[in-house]
Amino acid sequence: MTFVAASPTTTRPRASATQWVAARLGGLVVVLWAAATLTFFALRLIPGDPAEALLGGPGSQASEEALDTARREFGLDQPLLIQYLSQLGRYITLDFGTSYSLKQPVTSVIGEQIGGTLVLAALALALAWALALGVAVWSAQSGRVAAALGSALEVVAVALPHFWLASSLVLLFSTTLGWLPPLSGRSPAGLILPVVTLAIPLAGFLGQVMRESLLNAMSSPFVLSARTRGETSAGVIWRHALRHAALPAIGLSGWAFGNLVSGAVVVETIFARPGLGRTLLTAVQARDVPLVTGIVLVVALAYSVVTTLTDVLDRAADPRLRTEVQA
Amino acid sequence: MRRPSVVEAISGAVVVLLVVAAFAPTLLAPGNPLAIDPLASFQPPSWAHPLGTDESGRDLYTRIVHGAAPSLLIGVLATVLGVGLGVVLGVAGGLGPRWLDVTSTRLVEVLFAFPGLLLALLFIAIAGPGPVTSTVAVGLATAPGYARLVRSQALSVRRSGYVEAAVVLGRGWWSRLGRHILPNVGTTLFVLATLGVGQSIVWASSLSYLGLGVSPPAAEWGAMLNSGRTYIASFWWMTFFPGLAIVLSAASTTLLGRSLQSRARAQ
Repeated sequence: MTFVAASPTTTRPRASATQWVAARLGGLVVVLWAAATLTFFALRLIPGDPAEALLGGPGSQASEEALDTARREFGLDQPLLIQYLSQLGRYITLDFGTSYSLKQPVTSVIGEQIGGTLVLAALALALAWALALGVAVWSAQSGRVAAALGSALEVVAVALPHFWLASSLVLLFSTTLGWLPPLSGRSPAGLILPVVTLAIPLAGFLGQVMRESLLNAMSSPFVLSARTRGETSAGVIWRHALRHAALPAIGLSGWAFGNLVSGAVVVETIFARPGLGRTLLTAVQARDVPLVTGIVLVVALAYSVVTTLTDVLDRAADPRLRTEVQA
Repeated sequence: MRRPSVVEAISGAVVVLLVVAAFAPTLLAPGNPLAIDPLASFQPPSWAHPLGTDESGRDLYTRIVHGAAPSLLIGVLATVLGVGLGVVLGVAGGLGPRWLDVTSTRLVEVLFAFPGLLLALLFIAIAGPGPVTSTVAVGLATAPGYARLVRSQALSVRRSGYVEAAVVLGRGWWSRLGRHILPNVGTTLFVLATLGVGQSIVWASSLSYLGLGVSPPAAEWGAMLNSGRTYIASFWWMTFFPGLAIVLSAASTTLLGRSLQSRARAQ
């Protein structure tokens, strides 16, 4: 999705695949460096004592001793440039300091919590893909009323806030029907409701994109020629059109993954499921800045790597992207 | 002009209703949204209380109607802020000199590295929770998307015939920006902002729900859901109806934005 900044009127010579990947990786490093810089200066730019902000803001009434410890630990008594460089150095080794609310190194907190969130996000992404494909194919096959219905379903799905969807699902499946546990814990059955909650709005989003490109593909010459060869309409959809419909959705999957991790903040909190999202929320509520910064930067790192990967995949899957002629 | 479709009519009606609720809530619900009545707490929906009452006996219908103003205001303000920032970054990138374009594109890319609400949460962790920070946080989180769109739009407008004509006629940079480029970018932006308001409403109410935005007992939809959360198993109406209000307003503004988009394309 990201592109190299160039005046789009010029047609640049085709970059070789290695050059292109190298440029993308370079861009990735720049983005991560800038993200770390941004978080560093954001903390210093807000009015007030940064040591106090690190310990939970002016309301926390941290003792003078605690403030001194924080100043020493974060080198706040050093010149700004030294602070900045040493912090960057620690970030490179994935050292984000110590969490104030949990009294543990941030890196080990993240290590403990990240697995649950990744499982949740991956399952939700898979389910969202399945749902979106199902609705897109069904509404492309079944005429105008189905298309309108599919599109309305997608808009409503996108508009559903995670927290309300979660409460409504709990109400229906746990309180009323008693089929599924309202709290997630670590059991597999407890995973169903959180995954469904995350998947439905995302499916709406992916479905919108897929249906549009599926309809475009259905009216393209190669579909006509497949039909004249006598293929059934199901065959045309599954063998020819769907591949084109899936392309933009592959590109969006990196974005979707990031969105799922951010949605996990709400979903893990509601279902009391251990994970990075819930840890992030409690850290924000406690204004535990080292922990928040650590989690946000790790997610940004993972997210940037995933979007870069989807760009590579996109380019591999769609030869048209390899010619760098931008209109 | 095309005749409005059924979907457009319904979503338009919902938006009108929301605007009335936001500007003149007493027309729809004459009661006081904060008036407590301990004897009537946790009443299920009935004729006297169409949507039930909460833990202090406050009428939920009245609270939802009066909650339209703060809930929608936060969403709209956040969108305005996001669009404003997006225009500054996008215009700088699309129209400015090359170095400015590189800088702003990079900055947008950096902001894009924080998916969804993460940028908002980081901002709240540093600046502290509250209605103002949550609005700014949502605006910040949505800005990069608008910036990217404004940039590409500004680039394509800059190369169009009428802008070239303005250059030939010797119009200055500001006059080209104000007379030609902004009005042309503006239409697209307005449509996108209408599409984005729904998202902002959902995000802002999520923050209130998480206890980082507006706090109870204020009649804001996210805050109402937050206080109803404890009672979800026994008193479903306390969370169901405020959530429905959020879904309806987000869906209707999105549908309206889409039909504006398709109309703008058709012209």
